[in-house]
Amino acid sequence: MRVAENLNAALHGVLEADPTAYVIGEDILDPYGGAFKITKGLSSRFPGRVLGTPISEAGITGLAAGLALCGDAAIVEIMFGDFVALAFDQIVNFAAKSCTMYGSRVPMRMVVRCPTGGGRGYGPTHSQSLQKHFIGVPGLSVYEMSPLHDNRAVMSAMLASGEPSVFFEDKVLYTRRMYDVPDPFHSDLIPAGDTGPGVARVFLDDPEEADCVIIAPGGMVDRVTRAMRALLLDHEITCCLYVPSRLYPFDLFDSGAQDVGAGRLVPALRRARAVLVVEEGTAGGTWGSEVAHRIHRLMWRDLRRPVAQVNSLGSVIPAAAHLESAVLVGESTIYDAVLEALRD
Amino acid sequence: MTEQSAVLARPPLPDDGDLDLLLLIRHFELALLDLFGQGLLAGTTHTCLGQEYVPVSLRPLLGADDFVFSNHRGHGHYLARFEDPAGLLAEIMGREGAVCRGVGGSQHVYRDRYMSTGVQGESLPVATGVALHLKHTSPGALACAFIGDGTWGEGAVYEALNIASLWRLPLLVVVENNGIAQSTPTACQMAGTVAARAEAFGARHHRVGTTDIGVIRDELAPLVSEVRLENRPLVVEFATHRLGPHSKGDDTRPHDAVREAEAHDWYRRYAQSDADRFARADEIQRDRMAAIVREVSARPLSRWEPCG
Repeated sequence: MRVAENLNAALHGVLEADPTAYVIGEDILDPYGGAFKITKGLSSRFPGRVLGTPISEAGITGLAAGLALCGDAAIVEIMFGDFVALAFDQIVNFAAKSCTMYGSRVPMRMVVRCPTGGGRGYGPTHSQSLQKHFIGVPGLSVYEMSPLHDNRAVMSAMLASGEPSVFFEDKVLYTRRMYDVPDPFHSDLIPAGDTGPGVARVFLDDPEEADCVIIAPGGMVDRVTRAMRALLLDHEITCCLYVPSRLYPFDLFDSGAQDVGAGRLVPALRRARAVLVVEEGTAGGTWGSEVAHRIHRLMWRDLRRPVAQVNSLGSVIPAAAHLESAVLVGESTIYDAVLEALRD
Repeated sequence: MTEQSAVLARPPLPDDGDLDLLLLIRHFELALLDLFGQGLLAGTTHTCLGQEYVPVSLRPLLGADDFVFSNHRGHGHYLARFEDPAGLLAEIMGREGAVCRGVGGSQHVYRDRYMSTGVQGESLPVATGVALHLKHTSPGALACAFIGDGTWGEGAVYEALNIASLWRLPLLVVVENNGIAQSTPTACQMAGTVAARAEAFGARHHRVGTTDIGVIRDELAPLVSEVRLENRPLVVEFATHRLGPHSKGDDTRPHDAVREAEAHDWYRRYAQSDADRFARADEIQRDRMAAIVREVSARPLSRWEPCG
């Protein structure tokens, strides 16, 4: 199954299971079914709860917050994640605040979906990964789509949390297959606390005996695993990749129990000769910086070297393919960064 | 000329209940400014002095099923809905019994179907979503959002009005056009008119030029009913006057402008129409408010655990 089909099935599932659920966005109605076809079939099956809207990102995100305030579940599609900047006030100053600023918890079942990232030549305002701007907002969760996490479970977890979530979906993933990990690697899923979709791992034989630990969100899985394969074949370097579904708050660290989150991560980090955080966002003030900082605080004395960060360049993302690939993190960027980190 | 005649007219006093509520809001706001003056309040507050009659006149036109969104200048809106001066004062003073435990303060209050937020234009899209919910689940109920003339500078207002009209949602927008946005006169911040803006979206518009509560209710009752029955947004624009500063001690208006606002004050005119009855009611509410200030000030501080 393709990732896009899995996500589409997740949306069908939400609308089917919850008669108070809405999907809202621009050009999402059939027969068009959304700019990336993720909402295909929804409006035909659930007319009245799948709403094609004017081009009004702030308006429709606020509208979703109003529905959520009344107890409904609302999923907003932002056509290109870049445009979520237009809805920043509604997300940060209204939806996230409303959970807590009235003195007691106000549940807000609300997800803002953001097709994200470059690699398709759309240019500077249609290619960004804006996750970092939403990290550290009280009352707001940031998730990223991953080929290793069933979107049906992720969507349920986001809505069940009762807090607004921003869901970043790397556009390149849509056409990839779910759970597609190159030979000879395996993948599994470790729980990350009481609720939530958990942290996926990709590893060779023993996930806790890798030369290198890589932490990356879902959009990087394809590039990282291809780099891992090349490193294994070329240099016999073993890597273990950790992929959290929820980027913030941190599922990676927030539980000290042995069989979840940090309990599983820490021994692997301790044994690894290098730790890398990889993300597509451009350099500066990133999610990866926060992850690295957490690891440093958690186990600075046990690390052989500081956590290495791999980002796209601190640059706009050009349209021309040769220029774009020079800016964005690619398989070779990761490959080189691992070799560099392991160099003694 | 009509403005002038409205100033000169001495309308009959409203019913006791309305007069008491008007005076309660007036003395609540005056008490806040007094507490600030004494250094007993921190932060900020925006009083609705001069505009008290707006929520009071709307009170019987709005029901418990309706959702009300208020703004930064919302004490009158809250008191007209719940008549809970102690809870609101405790909220503003951070005392036990605060409506929102002192977290929200003056401009972030949520209770039942009433919510205020502190960012201009933010509430209208949310109110549109609430109106959609109400249309599906409790036909006949509406979402009401109070905004000011300055709020029309925000794009979110237009996005929301467009959707509300397009989807036929029961949305009532109450514009308190007090002629000034913080320190900027409306003429310096708004091209065109509120009426033309409403018309552009196919939303009905009604301008209220009087402070006479009975007249206002007569004018608005059929229009508000239409919002409920026909699911058509309505923009009601009150031509009103802000007597006090934007928040506290920040009034840079020329003396004449303040005097002009004061000439429209319902308080002054009601005081002249039935002096004895007015004076009695006024004293009762002033004393009531003073007692509430004493009682709330003596309460322990509110408690709240930060949550993520």
